[in-house]
Amino acid sequence: MAKIIYQNAAGLSRTVEQDAPVTVMRAAIENGVDGIVGECGGQAMCATCHIYVDDRYLDALQPIGDDEAEMLDCTAADRDEVRSRLGCQILVGEAGGHLDEIVVTVPSTQV
Amino acid sequence: MTTATTAEADIVVIGAGHAGMQLVDSLRSEGFTGTIALMEAQGGVPYQRPPLSKEFMASDPDASDDSAKQGVVLRGPNFFAEKRVDFVPGRAVASVNRQSHLLTLNDGSRFGYGRLVFATGAINRALTVPGAELDGVVGLKTLADAGQLRERLRQAERVVVIGAGFIGLEFAAVARASGCAVTVMEFNDRPMKRALSATTGNYCAAAHRERGITLLLGEAVDSLPGDGAKVNAVRTVSGMTIPADLVVVGVGVAPADELAQAAGLVIDNGISVDGMLATSDPDISAIGDCASYPIAGTGARVRLESVQNATEHARTLARVLTGHGSAYDAVPWFWSVQGGIRLQIAGLFAPGDVEVTLGSPEQGRFSVLLFRDGRLVAVESVNRAADHVAARRVLSSETACQALTAEDAADPDFDFKQFSRSIMVDA
Repeated sequence: MAKIIYQNAAGLSRTVEQDAPVTVMRAAIENGVDGIVGECGGQAMCATCHIYVDDRYLDALQPIGDDEAEMLDCTAADRDEVRSRLGCQILVGEAGGHLDEIVVTVPSTQV
Repeated sequence: MTTATTAEADIVVIGAGHAGMQLVDSLRSEGFTGTIALMEAQGGVPYQRPPLSKEFMASDPDASDDSAKQGVVLRGPNFFAEKRVDFVPGRAVASVNRQSHLLTLNDGSRFGYGRLVFATGAINRALTVPGAELDGVVGLKTLADAGQLRERLRQAERVVVIGAGFIGLEFAAVARASGCAVTVMEFNDRPMKRALSATTGNYCAAAHRERGITLLLGEAVDSLPGDGAKVNAVRTVSGMTIPADLVVVGVGVAPADELAQAAGLVIDNGISVDGMLATSDPDISAIGDCASYPIAGTGARVRLESVQNATEHARTLARVLTGHGSAYDAVPWFWSVQGGIRLQIAGLFAPGDVEVTLGSPEQGRFSVLLFRDGRLVAVESVNRAADHVAARRVLSSETACQALTAEDAADPDFDFKQFSRSIMVDA
């Protein structure tokens, strides 16, 4: 079971829930969540699925990979050294994983 | 919810690929309130192309038959209703009457347009040797192609890929990883020659060979012998016969410009557009793979086949059509994933460019900086995302490009990321 709550700067919130594991980027695309582009399809190549992870969930995340860390340097919105991640690299609801639920803030722009 | 169909729209977009879908999306986000219709000959929901030769190809075909779960849908199910876009899958344009601003659709009906946009993409070039029509000889372009090929890959043991371009090599890497014997044949003396420097191309050749792919360079297909209706080998011009139960043709694409040509628009390596992406008819635009456009500052025409080119064209045109656009000037960038090779390219390579290599091709982590007339023009990075990010930043600034010489870059202490940060602060 995966539950992802997307918030934006204006305070609006969208919740996506599904049974199968899904990345924060994919769930946004498939459910029409505004503000996440995911142009490369999920390979950490384009940095257009930038999100800020809510502090409460930071410890449950997989450590950031080298490619993701570097690509976060070309996000359109400012990078937050602690909370910025690429949505395509965060898998939610994986069996045996530590992350069944996450709250993220979508930046004002991706391109 | 279905969107109402009309027999006319203020803006009609032909093609629901990356370019067409981004355009209708961006038109709404830029505040366009008129009517929009989107025409697409393929049935089904619009999908993403890049995963087709990569993750999709490597995924389990039994996992799901729902394209949404295969991770390739381009937008959610309510997209067209929310964006008020008249979209009917399979509704295609047969001809364009520019005088009367009327399209004839594939069902024979007429459809009026205020402005027309070609986002028709590209079509695979066909192989024209004897045997090319045999069963087991396939191309890869559409989701349907990819689904069929993924199914065939499960049964295949000996795969021959014709053409060492991006798609061919991406597929070859997946086929090799799934245990097939894989041969890639290429007419040129190195892979991806049109797009990549010799250093990067030769590195990729060696890396694919190391993973067990047989790469035949400077070799062309003579014919495809078969056993009845099914292909069973590839015969080369030099006289070799390579057994094959699956032959994948990846010999490049051609712009899908037939409809535009029939309508009398100027064609020059695709549909010719100006910096504002207008064709020779001011009421018609063209974007993405099908359009050739002038590079800002140089005037040289180029036609690119990439997601970034498609979506940036779309965003630029959406601004133009809502009255606040400026000429297209994005720095092109591309990527490819071929087994363990993560290739990222910014800018456009041309033969004769001066190469400076940072990092270590031996260790599979390096970047090639390309200089032309003393100016940085492109950067190819293999497993060095930091350099790619720096390259996108530097190439978007004329001042920064001018500030870097090949001699500076060749200094063993040169750090491209650091340079990009210092110069951008100064600029």
